[in-house]
Amino acid sequence: MKPRKSPLLTGVMAIFLIYTLVPLVWLLISATKTQDDLVSTAGWELGDTFALFSNVRETLTYRDGIFLRWVGNTLLYVVLGAGGATALATAAGYGLAKYRFRGRRAVFALLLGSIAVPGTALAVPTFLMFSSMGLTNTIWAIVVPSLVSPFGLYLIWIYATEAVPQELLEAARIDGAGEIRIFTTVALRLLAPGIVTVLLFGVVGVWNNYFLPLIMLSEPDLYPLTVGLSQWSKQAAGVGADPIYNLVITGSLLTIVPLIIVFFLLQRYWQSGLTAGGVKQ
Amino acid sequence: MIFRRRYGSRRFALVTAVAVASASLVLAACGGPAGTADNGQGGGQGSQEAVDAALQAGGTITYWTWTDAKKQVEAFQKKYPNVKVKLVNAGTGDEHYTKLQNTIKAGSGAPDVAQIEFFALPQFGLPGHLVDLRQYGFEAFGPDYAQSSWAISHVGESLVGLPQGPGPMALFYNKKVFDKYGIAVPKTWDEYLAAARKLHQADPTKYITADVGDAGFATSMIWQAGGRPFTVDGKKITVNLADEGTLKWTSVWNQLLSEGLLQPSAHWTDEWFKGLVDGSIATLPFGNWMGGVIDGLGPKVKDLWRVAPMPTYDGGKPVSAEHGGSAQAVLKQSQNPALAAAFLRWLNHEDGNDLYIEAGGYPSSLEETRDPAFLDKAYAAFGDQKINRLFDVTSDTVGEGWQFLPYQTYANSIFGDTVGQSYKNKSDLNAGLKAWQDALVDYGKRQGFEIDGG
Repeated sequence: MKPRKSPLLTGVMAIFLIYTLVPLVWLLISATKTQDDLVSTAGWELGDTFALFSNVRETLTYRDGIFLRWVGNTLLYVVLGAGGATALATAAGYGLAKYRFRGRRAVFALLLGSIAVPGTALAVPTFLMFSSMGLTNTIWAIVVPSLVSPFGLYLIWIYATEAVPQELLEAARIDGAGEIRIFTTVALRLLAPGIVTVLLFGVVGVWNNYFLPLIMLSEPDLYPLTVGLSQWSKQAAGVGADPIYNLVITGSLLTIVPLIIVFFLLQRYWQSGLTAGGVKQ
Repeated sequence: MIFRRRYGSRRFALVTAVAVASASLVLAACGGPAGTADNGQGGGQGSQEAVDAALQAGGTITYWTWTDAKKQVEAFQKKYPNVKVKLVNAGTGDEHYTKLQNTIKAGSGAPDVAQIEFFALPQFGLPGHLVDLRQYGFEAFGPDYAQSSWAISHVGESLVGLPQGPGPMALFYNKKVFDKYGIAVPKTWDEYLAAARKLHQADPTKYITADVGDAGFATSMIWQAGGRPFTVDGKKITVNLADEGTLKWTSVWNQLLSEGLLQPSAHWTDEWFKGLVDGSIATLPFGNWMGGVIDGLGPKVKDLWRVAPMPTYDGGKPVSAEHGGSAQAVLKQSQNPALAAAFLRWLNHEDGNDLYIEAGGYPSSLEETRDPAFLDKAYAAFGDQKINRLFDVTSDTVGEGWQFLPYQTYANSIFGDTVGQSYKNKSDLNAGLKAWQDALVDYGKRQGFEIDGG
């Protein structure tokens, strides 16, 4: 069957595409300007000097290279936070989908309830709790809350119900495989697209997390990129102002590069995941 | 470079006594709050011996600031190798105060020394979160600072900080733009208004200044106009944002606003910086530290700007007001308040000031601001005008008796929701100020203050 074409739909999508790309283009152009050119040339024209490379160099070395430290922190939070959250969600989601036990419905209700609570609303209570535990201003203040991903759990649960046939598990049991072995050799493979999706959401979520580290951390050495860049941006105000918008912009550009790479790498798994079950078998 | 040996000789003489003193100091420090026991009534005049002893004993303190204080900390540690200062930039403005407040509430994690802007001093000083520096004899430093910044470093009787980068207001103007359109430097606010009209008429892309509603700016302008909308006496507070001085300011600013003569960009945005370079913002009635900021904008502002005294409302004697400006304070939570005070003394009363000037800051101590080398310093952005000579005069003209609310950071945070609406709709600022006042009275009552709503 030939796909039908809709000029209207194409037009709408084109508008969305432009809407998405315009800020990126602006960011790219602005990252090539010096601070002087930034405040003296219009947003869409190039500056007098092409300063992309010197901007990158300065971003990486400003204040003893704290930017690199922030990159490292963000990676650490992503690996521990998003990785841990995905592992937990996978194990728990599979268990809830494939085993019958008491309180399963209660877990389901609790899960739906916690999806409804936005993370921002939990930030302040979490701060007070962590403060009394002496965990504020440590990496655990960022990693531990990131480990909890109700949405990821829900996704794996639903996905496992659909993608892992009960018959397959029973066949494996008859062949004498233990539950752990079934999970690691059979289920995990079938769950891969779901896991990648959860991982991707987790990575993006932790990478962009701003509010939680903002209130939890007061030590710049622990900041992730989001909070660090915002601090640079705010440095332009008041007594002893140090406007370094060129570094903020270049830093922002550098910040989205790893995310783009992650998207391209994981995209094919993700796509196959979304279309799984979409055809009649 | 100015070298101060004011304490040097005494400190030297003290060395032998230090062993005993530091032992007792360590005990006192371990006792925590005991070290600040004489705060309050009768604790007015202490001596600096404890501070000198703490310097010899050494230790570690944490300093929260958003200024680039790295060089200062390095120099201090070089001079006192026993002392380690941990420099932390915990954020700027609101973020910084929220974090301070959080650590105070949580009971741990607060720094020993923190930068606190003048407007926020009562918020931390009034509930007793800051060490009264009179117990270390710092009250004696009074004559070394401009009266205005010294007064504002007190909360009630207590001396809660040493000032750094005070900000008496002056009128910064773009000379090139003024010359091009034949505008004379306004001496009164009426002339300022006339200049605004003339400029915008001649070139609609040019504005006399930019303002979309900024609490710090508005309160300073009210201060300059003679308004004293907030008075605080212990738990008793009066809020009156319709007093004579406030009305004087709104009478001028309302006209600028309703006639569309204010450039609609918020202070400190890149658009605003752009306006300072390309001439679309022709003047800034701002704190004198703005001189260093403009000079730091690079070669494109060379020879563009000049400074004049603030316009007046009656054409009489010049009047200024504080705009911005900070103090460094010692927190009660500090485990070693004497050492923290020692760092503070060095930072804002001794050699720390020299490095602050080098970084483009306007220092607080008169010894620095009246140093001939400083007064004669020429600034490229100002066509080599000796702007510090003018600032030296303006700091003497700051109106007395101004007070901030003990919840000024909250007050400033809701300025946009109230007065900001007047800016947005180009409607009467007095209506916005009334809304601000109502919200402030309401909030103050809920905080347990006795409030007279003017």
